[in-house]
Amino acid sequence: MPATIRAKFLPFGARRPTFIRSLRVEQRGDNVEANLGWGQENDTPFTIPIAEESFRTYNFDPPPYSVETTKNQLKQLYRDMTTIRRMELAADQLYKERKIRGFCHLSTGQEAVAVGIEHAISKEDKLITAYRSHGFTYMRGGTIRSIIGELLGRRDGIAHGKGGSMHMYSKSFFGGNGIVGANVPLGAGIAFAQQYDETGNVTINLYGDGAANQGQVHESFNMAKLWNLPVMFGCENNKYGMGTSAERASAMTEYYKRGHYIPGLRVDGMDVLAVMAAVKHGRDFVKRGNGPLVYEYVTYRFAGHSMSDPGIAYRTREEMRKNRANDPLTYLKTRLVDWGIMTEDEAKAMEKEVKTTIKDEVEHAQQMPAPEASLDILFEDIYVPGSEPAQRRGRTVDETWY
Amino acid sequence: MTSLRTHFRSFAQAPRRFYSGAPSTAAKLNLPVDYKTTPILHHTSSSLSNTEYPAGATSKRLNLYQAINSALRTALSKSDRTIVFGEDVGFGGVFRCTMDLQTEFGSDRVFNTPLTEQGIAGFAIGAAVEGMKPIAEIQFADYVFPAFDQIVNEAAKFRYREGGTGINAGGLVIRMPCGAVGHGALYHSQSPESLFAHIPGLRVVMPRSPAQAKGLLLSSIFEHNDPVVFMEPKILYRAAVEYVPNEYYTIPLSKAEVIKPGNDLTIISYGQPLYLCSSAISAVEKAMPGVNVELIDLRTIYPWDRQTVIDSVKKTGRAIVVHESMVNYGVGAEVASTIQESAFLRLEAPVKRVAGWSTHTGLSYEQFILPDVARIYDAIKQTLEY
Repeated sequence: MPATIRAKFLPFGARRPTFIRSLRVEQRGDNVEANLGWGQENDTPFTIPIAEESFRTYNFDPPPYSVETTKNQLKQLYRDMTTIRRMELAADQLYKERKIRGFCHLSTGQEAVAVGIEHAISKEDKLITAYRSHGFTYMRGGTIRSIIGELLGRRDGIAHGKGGSMHMYSKSFFGGNGIVGANVPLGAGIAFAQQYDETGNVTINLYGDGAANQGQVHESFNMAKLWNLPVMFGCENNKYGMGTSAERASAMTEYYKRGHYIPGLRVDGMDVLAVMAAVKHGRDFVKRGNGPLVYEYVTYRFAGHSMSDPGIAYRTREEMRKNRANDPLTYLKTRLVDWGIMTEDEAKAMEKEVKTTIKDEVEHAQQMPAPEASLDILFEDIYVPGSEPAQRRGRTVDETWY
Repeated sequence: MTSLRTHFRSFAQAPRRFYSGAPSTAAKLNLPVDYKTTPILHHTSSSLSNTEYPAGATSKRLNLYQAINSALRTALSKSDRTIVFGEDVGFGGVFRCTMDLQTEFGSDRVFNTPLTEQGIAGFAIGAAVEGMKPIAEIQFADYVFPAFDQIVNEAAKFRYREGGTGINAGGLVIRMPCGAVGHGALYHSQSPESLFAHIPGLRVVMPRSPAQAKGLLLSSIFEHNDPVVFMEPKILYRAAVEYVPNEYYTIPLSKAEVIKPGNDLTIISYGQPLYLCSSAISAVEKAMPGVNVELIDLRTIYPWDRQTVIDSVKKTGRAIVVHESMVNYGVGAEVASTIQESAFLRLEAPVKRVAGWSTHTGLSYEQFILPDVARIYDAIKQTLEY
């Protein structure tokens, strides 16, 4: 490795968030065309390169600096990321129209993490995450309308309108979680069950840089290593735990080294291909019975922490501008166009298609009925006989409103 | 065209309310609380003077978060042993309670912590037993449970277990916003006061208004050798505005207040439901002329003021306990049980509890679960007519 690059290797964190991208642009001069195999059929596998700067390891061999994919998959990656972005923007809009109420945490800027992970694992692998869960819910198989319906609090939402933003579940997906760090021991338990049942699958166990300081995260590391569990811990480091930057909350911000006795990998979470390559590699490692890994996906939250946080009080406009210029969607699209996987026009057409789909789905979600105040709904899945309210004659439900 | 029109008509006949907005036209009791006119708040500075607030003090109209801010500023000025910390409090906290305090008092006294509730509580206890006055903020009461061990096993037992050293965790106040706002869902709407009220050694306080909050908070910080769990109904942060004295004053803990005298029935409540009780009482007194209902604010939930409650029920012979958190094993159970032990022969009707139903607060389900004016109204009627 040339000395100049190595020198730039050190501060991967918030202080110089854009240096990797600039390196990558330099990298693009490599003769990638030769690897790509122009004229391949859409489903013929070929190999694309991953920038060397995408990974940093801790007691762990780096993933190969290339990943096998197909034209179809590359296009699908872009479609998925665009879908999540559009879905989040739709949620943003609905919140501002006061149709979505309460808490809503958007993952704009972090799409490459949700999409890259899903494309590297199987539907039998399990995934559990925390606050920013909309994208994962979609990638794990939740429909757009059921996600938006949930945010709107509708009966046909993915969790019957009981949960909202952080509480969506689907097959092999154990949800977001409203308590910072609380999902991490759960993920270790899920991995234990997989090991016990000899399923041969892994659990992706995600949390944020803020949650990384919760005691239960470290308790889970210990159990996972002690019992050699098939779990890939993943810290989505978007640089801010709510309004406090990682540097001001963490004594040590190299979250991939936080497992001490567990091998770790830091991944450029703005590059969906790097995420996909890294997770494929880690999954193979874990599946071979090597025990847990601690991954760190370095990414950036474009929006505020929640809808009530404009996200500008604790970070500079300059920093936000630089990171927005690092948009994971644009970065992928530029390469796909450069590599001749799709044309600029095809990308535009796809974006338009996604936009229309989201619009339709949002429309459907808005037509879903709100839950009714009947006993079977109110006490669904929690009913304790004898705890139901007494009949109230002469009172109608619509007396109650909020 | 015909079918279209029919479709339109049937839709128009059965309008479905998809979004929150204005109350249904059928609503007579569950109208929005009018915080501008409710008798619970001091809408003029002169009404402060005949109460337990300091006489002749200057005052200012503040909402609840501003009153908390004022109390914290007063505490930080009064003693340099006072420190304020929690998640994002350096910037004012999510509810703005600590606005500007870091600028005024410096980041060694007002500071952000990592997201680490158990650590925050334990750290605060350690500082308290070394004589500091740590005011720790848990961002939402729903997040306090990782700290439960520290609060129950360390804070509450400190003074009891310390032998002859005289060490205690007094001065430690763990503040947390609690309660529902209508759309907080599973982890932003809980009110876990009864879990703490089970623990001897803790004081559990919930103020009903800005002026109450300032006095009770200062009392919690400076007047006790027990740690205090201070729960602030977050719906009142902006909604409740009243005159609050500018200077230092305290309101005694473990002392309830009769906020509306009456002879026929006693309602015991605390926090935000007091406003609903007040609305229900005016509706009942209007509908049933001659009826006069007494309303008591417990203020401190544990250890609580039994005497004020018993004296009242001995006078009225009827009682209802109202709270927002779940009815099962709640504060209402304790209060009702104490009433029947101490005023059994004076009771004309069973003590009723109006509280949240025993289920979780699902996102769009909160309206079905929490006590409302109609439920309190019905309970009053049933108890009076028993």
